[in-house]
Amino acid sequence: MVDWGDVWAIYRESIPVLAVSLAGGIFAGGVLGSEAMRANFREYPGLLLLLPAFLATRGNVYGALGARVSSGLHQGLLEPRFDDDRRLVATVVASFVNGIGISVIVGVLAWAVLAVLPGRQPAPLAELVGITFLAGLLTSVVLIVGVLALVFAAFKRGLDPDNLVGPIVTTLGDVFGVVFLYAAVAVVGLVL
Amino acid sequence: MADLSTGSPDTWTVRSIVVTMFPLLVALSALEMGSGFVLEELQETYLANPTLLIVVPVMIGMGGNLGAILSARLSTQLHLGTLTFDLRGRTLWTNVAAVFSLAVTVFVLLGLAAWVVGHLVAAPMEMGTLLTITVVSGLSLTAVVVALSVSATYVSYRLRLDPDDTTIPVVTNVGDILGVVILSGVAVVVL
Repeated sequence: MVDWGDVWAIYRESIPVLAVSLAGGIFAGGVLGSEAMRANFREYPGLLLLLPAFLATRGNVYGALGARVSSGLHQGLLEPRFDDDRRLVATVVASFVNGIGISVIVGVLAWAVLAVLPGRQPAPLAELVGITFLAGLLTSVVLIVGVLALVFAAFKRGLDPDNLVGPIVTTLGDVFGVVFLYAAVAVVGLVL
Repeated sequence: MADLSTGSPDTWTVRSIVVTMFPLLVALSALEMGSGFVLEELQETYLANPTLLIVVPVMIGMGGNLGAILSARLSTQLHLGTLTFDLRGRTLWTNVAAVFSLAVTVFVLLGLAAWVVGHLVAAPMEMGTLLTITVVSGLSLTAVVVALSVSATYVSYRLRLDPDDTTIPVVTNVGDILGVVILSGVAVVVL
């Protein structure tokens, strides 16, 4: 019923990418579990609530960017280089709008959930949204440049970027998402 | 902006990309609040056991990764005509066995790695307890994602939708949402 030779072939093909994703996730987890970040979770009620949405939207926004650019390259609509091509500029601007916009929404939603629940007191709206906006801004710069560089490089070497984009975006999103969330909390703590 | 010369809309504009994606992103974020709510409710458990926080990002992403691998393979094999939805068929069970082998490796490694990192950043958790939590929740998540991926591919096949556009986003996002929920459920039972 099962062809174990094929199982081994699929296993060997997929394990390197999963291992990279595991390493990135563990690094991000180390930041979350650190004493400073645990203190942040206590100080800003709503921060833990927004975490899954914040991390998961990274994958969706920048995964879609990778998939779109990769099919644009395959169809000959884009060239694999950073230039002021109309389609490339539109794609990049749209990713900024989506990435930063959804970060703000995530902050507002987390605040609203705790605000409507009886007996729960969220951190002030300006603080939660300040954190997600800043973290969203920083991650979008790194992920847009990173995803484009990666897809272009894979395409020029004749590799099919489709198989790599998903897991690599999740990994970069975890690592930079959590690091910038930490940095954003520090900045908001100083400013607000 | 519509391209009038061909009659088909230009999908390479900021407006078109944002209008297509943003509502989906908002809906997904709203669903993710469910998984965030579980974390927030169990805040004391997570903050008292920081090692559990260490496994959270992997639990959020890995269900989706495994589901994407399976869905992409099923979808390609469906296009090529080598997959039949026959429960005695070899292709389906071979793919499922491969995903479970990957899952066992990943979630055992997750437990070991989280134990090491837990020693570095916080008070450690007992290795046996931690491995029980990562392996039981990881394999439960995998079982759900496999069932979802197979049924989503089957549904798109029956409805003649391209599974590339339908199953992968559904499976990845549901995998993301359920990861934390399953982890939390198992942790509450084990601890």
